[in-house]
Amino acid sequence: MAPPALLLAVFFVLPMLIMASFSFRLGTFAPERYVFTTEHYWDFISRTSFHRLLLRSIGVAFITAGASIVLAYPLAHFLVFRAGRMQLTLLSLLIIPAWTSYLLRILAWKVILGSNGLLNSFLLQAGLIQEGSARLLYSPSAVVVTLVYVWIPFVALPIFAALQRIDGSVLEAAADLGCPAWQTFLRVIFPLSLPGVAAGFLFVFIPTLGEWVTPALVGGARGVMYGNLIQDQFVRALNWPMGSVMSLVMLALMLVQLALFSRVVRLSDLAAV
Amino acid sequence: MQRRDVLSPGFLYFVMLTLFLYAPIVVLVVFSFNDSRTLVFPLRGFTLRWYGELAGARELLAAVVNSVVLGLMSSVVATGLGTAAAIGIARHNFPGRRFFLAVSAMPMVIPYVVLGVALLILFSWWGVPLSLWTVGVAHVVINVPYAMLIVASRLAGFDKNLEEAAMDLGETYWGTLRRITLPICAPAMLSAFLSSFTTSFDEFAVSFFLIGTEATLPVYLYSQLRFPSRLPLVVALASIIMVVSILLVTLAEWLRNSTLHLSRQGSA
Repeated sequence: MAPPALLLAVFFVLPMLIMASFSFRLGTFAPERYVFTTEHYWDFISRTSFHRLLLRSIGVAFITAGASIVLAYPLAHFLVFRAGRMQLTLLSLLIIPAWTSYLLRILAWKVILGSNGLLNSFLLQAGLIQEGSARLLYSPSAVVVTLVYVWIPFVALPIFAALQRIDGSVLEAAADLGCPAWQTFLRVIFPLSLPGVAAGFLFVFIPTLGEWVTPALVGGARGVMYGNLIQDQFVRALNWPMGSVMSLVMLALMLVQLALFSRVVRLSDLAAV
Repeated sequence: MQRRDVLSPGFLYFVMLTLFLYAPIVVLVVFSFNDSRTLVFPLRGFTLRWYGELAGARELLAAVVNSVVLGLMSSVVATGLGTAAAIGIARHNFPGRRFFLAVSAMPMVIPYVVLGVALLILFSWWGVPLSLWTVGVAHVVINVPYAMLIVASRLAGFDKNLEEAAMDLGETYWGTLRRITLPICAPAMLSAFLSSFTTSFDEFAVSFFLIGTEATLPVYLYSQLRFPSRLPLVVALASIIMVVSILLVTLAEWLRNSTLHLSRQGSA
């Protein structure tokens, strides 16, 4: 028991605490490093541009999570109730792309959405547009499309697990009592699958809110997210205390959300096991 | 599956989305054989040039080797620690068990950018220079919770009495662990190892903050995405990696599915 606990204490809990202490420092390097200040907190509170970016990132995370759930739910439903003996094979088929390189699949999306890309060439050929446009790439919607693509399998899994747990006799009871299929879905299946939906939502929302790689690659200037702001404080602006404040704000948001979800979500659903 | 289900809306939807999921991978593989330096349509013609040039791309190959070594080492450690944690949680009742469970699951739900910068601050505070080792630590932290849950769910499918019987019959605690508990965990440990390895091999968002002078493959890929002329090589390598990882994951899935069957029989 001790080694894993030690690992988490030293490399997970301790870094968070040090980061919290860093947020009260004036600067990244000596001598400012040793000056205690709450300046960065006040700075954060007064910068509306930060708040806008945070709100936009929350929006992107909501849309991404919502779209992923809407697209993934029918997949999970089909696998549990209709796929029969093919279930495990089809499930694997769905998960396999998720395990291939994330950066490379994003690169593939750049090829597809780019101005000479697959989508533009197709639209040109079909006569729907006159010339290739760069508008598809480097926008918030490119970020959403790419992320939804990345997340679908991960969302399908917890919903699959939740649907799988539904007791077949409940459905039989509904049928025996003359409940039509769509009502069985609305009043029995869907409510019982909500823990899986909540897990899927959390599974997408949190990483998307903290996402910085996808926006950096396909988002362009218009698609910048809050995660890019944090990354920038540590890599280019070299204002680690400010970056720490931003990270703590994000952590606080996460903890609130986790607390809200903790009653419905099963941990094991998050690991998709 | 019944025949009538083949044309059911659910199945058609499944097929369409699966095509959507595989399409970008197919696009990359197609471009890896395309005789042009730029990744744009229309396609120019068939070539194996990019695969041939791969052999001479030393930095790229060094990055691949780094990623493989890093993946193997961090996954062994993560699987070991995750298994220890899983046995602790599934088989022992200790003070603070729920708290430990909650904290150990946190790395799964924390945004990677925060984990990356927090570890960056930690290492700079200690004066530890950034290197593949610092990236390895991060990969272990990321993978331990998953390894723990995968092994714990396997253990949950088996009765505690198995171990108790062994102890009653005179086996020591460590003997029971070695001869009963670990063999039960073995398939889950393998699947935890494979899942850790693929995660580590692909991890970029955290590695970016902790990498020293030597690149991992994703770090190298990210740097190359800015130089379009080198992209065809990257795409050729990508195709190889995609195919290899699909093979590996198919194996892992097959293993997991067969252990799922076993644990269901075990709990029945």
